[in-house]
Amino acid sequence: MPADSTLIGRSVPRAAARRTVEGLGRYTDDLDAAGVAHVAFLRSPHAHARVLGMELDEARAAPGVIGVYTAADLAAVCAPWQTRLAALPAHVSPPQQALAGDIVRYQGEPVVAVLATSRRAAESALELAFVDFEDLEPAILPADIFEPAQGFDAAAWAPQLALDRQIAHGDAGAALEGAAHVVRHRFAFGRQTAVSLEGRAVRAEYDRRSGRLSVQQSHQAPFQMQQIYAELFGLPLGRVQVAAPDVGGAFGGKLHAFPDEIAAVALAVLTGRTVKFTADRLESFLADAHAREAQAEARLGVDDDGRILGMEIDFAAGLGAYSIYPRGSVGDALQAIQLAPAAYRVPSYAGRARAWFQNKAPVGAYRGVGQPIAFALMEQMLDLAAAACGLDPAEIRRRNYREAPDTPGPTETGVVLESFTTRACLDTLLAEMDYAGLRAEQAALRAKGVYRGIGLTSFVELTGVGAQLYGPQQVRVAAQETCRLSLEPDGTLTCRTSVTDQGQGTLGGLAQIVAETLGVAPHAVEMIAGDTAATPVGGGAWASRGMALGGEAALRASRGLAARLRAVAAPLLQCEEAALSFSDSGVEGPGGARLSFREIAETVAFRPYLLPGGTAPALEVTESFLPPDLPYLATNGVLAAHVEVSPDTGLTRVLGFWAVDDCGRIVNPMLVDGQIRGGVVQGIGAALFEECRYSADGQLLNGSLVDYRVPMAADMPDIVVRHIETPTHQSALGAKGVGEAGTVGALGAMWCAVNDALAPLGTTVRRQPFTPEHVLSRLHGLEEEFD
Amino acid sequence: MTPDPEAAGTVRVQMAVNGRPVNAEIPACTNLADFLRGELGLTGTHLGCEHGVCGACTLMVDGAAVRGCLMLAVQADGAEVTTVEGLDDPLGRALREAFVARNALQCGFCTPGMLATLREAIGAGLVPERAAVRAALSGNFCRCTGYEAIVDAALDVIGGRDAR
Repeated sequence: MPADSTLIGRSVPRAAARRTVEGLGRYTDDLDAAGVAHVAFLRSPHAHARVLGMELDEARAAPGVIGVYTAADLAAVCAPWQTRLAALPAHVSPPQQALAGDIVRYQGEPVVAVLATSRRAAESALELAFVDFEDLEPAILPADIFEPAQGFDAAAWAPQLALDRQIAHGDAGAALEGAAHVVRHRFAFGRQTAVSLEGRAVRAEYDRRSGRLSVQQSHQAPFQMQQIYAELFGLPLGRVQVAAPDVGGAFGGKLHAFPDEIAAVALAVLTGRTVKFTADRLESFLADAHAREAQAEARLGVDDDGRILGMEIDFAAGLGAYSIYPRGSVGDALQAIQLAPAAYRVPSYAGRARAWFQNKAPVGAYRGVGQPIAFALMEQMLDLAAAACGLDPAEIRRRNYREAPDTPGPTETGVVLESFTTRACLDTLLAEMDYAGLRAEQAALRAKGVYRGIGLTSFVELTGVGAQLYGPQQVRVAAQETCRLSLEPDGTLTCRTSVTDQGQGTLGGLAQIVAETLGVAPHAVEMIAGDTAATPVGGGAWASRGMALGGEAALRASRGLAARLRAVAAPLLQCEEAALSFSDSGVEGPGGARLSFREIAETVAFRPYLLPGGTAPALEVTESFLPPDLPYLATNGVLAAHVEVSPDTGLTRVLGFWAVDDCGRIVNPMLVDGQIRGGVVQGIGAALFEECRYSADGQLLNGSLVDYRVPMAADMPDIVVRHIETPTHQSALGAKGVGEAGTVGALGAMWCAVNDALAPLGTTVRRQPFTPEHVLSRLHGLEEEFD
Repeated sequence: MTPDPEAAGTVRVQMAVNGRPVNAEIPACTNLADFLRGELGLTGTHLGCEHGVCGACTLMVDGAAVRGCLMLAVQADGAEVTTVEGLDDPLGRALREAFVARNALQCGFCTPGMLATLREAIGAGLVPERAAVRAALSGNFCRCTGYEAIVDAALDVIGGRDAR
C-alpha cells in the first residue's frame, strides 16, 4: 500500500452497522411473502431407531396443513447424498437424505415434515403425527474413548472408525526414553456448538414456469449451497440462486448443508409453494453442527534446561452419526495433531488421531476447528515441563520457540510458515500484562489462601486458506475470492465481492480499500455480497479468509479500475496518465483541472464519441486472488489469561486477558480487535461453561440456553489487544486472517491458567469445560479416571 | 382433532407502537414479538431463543424493558410499545450513534435488545462504571463482540450525558 495511505489502518465505522441500530437489519426470517408456507419437523426422539410405520392422516387433516411429507415423498425430487473425502477413502459416512428413511441415527434427525400456513399450525399438526420407532442400541462412545470396543454397538454401521491418521518425525519413543523429564497429561474436550443467536433459516421458492430455484439462506457460503442444490435437484447451476441476507452470527455453524434445510428447499420444489424454515433454539441444539468432542493423552520430554526432546500425542475424537456434508467431520482431529507442535522446535514427534462415528448430532466446523485443541495440548504440556525442571512458563516457551523461516517453507508436520513473530508477540504481551508483577502478586496471595493463575498460549493459525484444503478431497467448494468493481454511469462505485460477512465487518474493510485507492468516502462504495446471482463466484466466509483474500481482490480491482479511469481521463484533461490523482470522487490533473467520476462515467456510457478513437474500455474490473505460492497464510500470536479459582466453590473468575496477534496488515483496527475479543470470549466460554451433554443412551441433556451456558457480559473481563504487523508478501495488501485467532488461543490460555492456580493444591483440571463440579471433584479426589 | 390455533380464541388488541395507534384482531396465543414481526412488519425485534433467556427480543412497554417472546400481545393491550425502530428519542439516538462509532455490534442480531435494555438502565440512572454496565447487560446475550465494545458504547453515552 502507498506510504501516504489515509484510510487503511483507520477505525472507520462500517455502513452496515447504521442499518442495524435502526432496526433495519434484514435477516432470513424477516423475509416474508403472501402465501409463504412454513415447515416444522417431527424429529427422532431416539439416538438410534428403526422406523416401523407412521400414522399421518390426522396431521394431514389438521387446520392450516398443506401437506405432510416423508422420506419417500422428498426422494421424488431430491437425490440422496454422501460425504466423501477423496484423500481419505476409508472415511465412509452413511448416505443421507432430506428426511430419514428406515433408520434414524441421532436424536433430532428429521423424519416427517409438516407444511402449513403458519409455523404454529405446522407445530400443532406435528402433535397429531405418529411414528412408530423400534428403539435400537445406540453407539455412544464411553467415557474413555480410547477403548471404543467397550459399549460400542458394532451393528450401527461399519466402519465405525472414521479416521486413523499418524504423523511422525524422528523417534519420539527414544527421545522420551532419554529425556531428563517426561510429563504426561490426559485431556477431555467437551462437545460444543456455535450458538449463533439467529437460528439457521432458509426460505425457498421454485418457479415451475421457468424452472428456477431461488433460496434465501442464513449461510456463510452461498456458492457451495448453489452447487449442492443444483446437484440434488438436478438443475443447471444457472437456474439456482442462493442469497444470504443479513446473517445473525455463524462461526462455522452455517458452513454446512443440513437435512432440514435441504428438506425445506425440496418442499418448495415439490409443491411449488414458497417455503420457510427457521430453526428454533431446541432444534438448533439438537440438529446444528456440534464440534470438538475429543480426548487426548500427551507425553512431552525435555532436557534439564527445558528444551523439548520429543512429544507423543494420542488423540481420539467422537464424531456424530454422519460426516457432515460436504466438508466432512475430520478437521478437528487432523488439525489437532498437525498443529500442536507448530510454534516450537520439537525434534521428535509422533501424533496419532483416531475418530469414531457415534449416534449423536454430526460434527462440523466451529471457529478455529481443531486449532484450539492443538494449542491447549501443547501449552499445558509446556507448563508441566516447566514445573518439572523449575523454569518459569514464559522462559520455557522462549527457549523452545522455533526460529522465523528464512524462506517460506513447511515445518516437520507440514505447517507452511512464511513469517514467525511469536518471540516479539510474547515480549509485548509480558510487558502489557506486567507479567513479573502478576507473578509476585500470585505468590503473595497464595500465602493467604487465594489461588490465582496465569496461562500463556502461543499459537500458529492457518488463515487465508486456499484451494489445497478441499481440492484434493474433491469437495466442491470454491476458495479463490473475486471482486468485480464498477463505476456506474451516475459516477458511483459498486463493489461486488465473493466474500460474505456475518458481522465480521469484512465488507466495511473492503469498502475502505476501494475508497482509499479511488479517492472516495468508504460509505460511498455500494457493497454487494452473498448472492450467487449478483456476485462473482467464490468461497464466502470460512477459515479467516475475508480480508486476506477478498481484500486483495478488492485492492487489485480498485487499481485496475484506477488505471482505466486514468486512461480515459488523461486525453480529456490533456496530460500524462501518471500525473493524475484521485480525490473527492474525481480525477485531478496538473494545475487543478478535474473531472468528476460522474463526468467520466457519463462520457463513457453515453458519449464515447468524445473520446479518442470513439470508444472506451468498460469501467468495470474483475480481479481474483489466492496466495500464489502458499497453501494458506499462517499467522501467529500469544495470549494470556489471569484467573482466580475458589477451592471452596470451584468457581473460576477471569480477572484479565491479553492478546498480541500478528495478522499482517490491519485494514481496520476496530474491526480486527472486535474479532479477537469476540473470539477470546468464545474460547473462555469453551473453557468454563459450554458443553453439549449427552446421556449414555444418546439423549441431549441440555438443549436450551438456560442449560447450555454461554458467556454473559458480567462473566467476562476487558481484553487488552495489541498487534505485531508483519505483512504477507503473497499480496500487495499484506493482510492475513484474524477471525478465529482469539478462539484458537483462548482455550489453551485458560487451561494453563486454571491449572497454574490449582498447582499449590496438588491437582489439575483435565476435562473441559472446567465447571465448578469438575474442579471440586478433582480437588477432592472424586474424579480420578484420568490419573 | 385439535382446535385451529389460528381461528380459536381471537382477541382484539389496541396499543400504540412507536407512537402510532394499532388495532388488530389476533389469536390470543400470539406473543408480542410475533405480533410486531408478523402483523406489523416490525422485524427489528429478533427472536433468539423464545424462552426469555437470550434477550434479543427485548423491547419497551410503557417505558420498561420486557421480553417480547414472554409477553402475549394481549398483555400489551392499551400500552405504549417502543421497538428498536422507534428508539429515536435523544437517548435512543445517542445509543445508536455510540454503537456505530464503537462497533458495538457485529452480526447485529442482539443489538435491538441491547439498545432497549440500555435505554431502560440508563434512564433509571445507570452509573458510569464498567462493572455496573456489565451487570445491567447480564440478561442479554451477544455471541460476537465479547461485550467490551457494548460496554464502551454505553459508557460513551452515560459519560456524555453527565458531561452535559
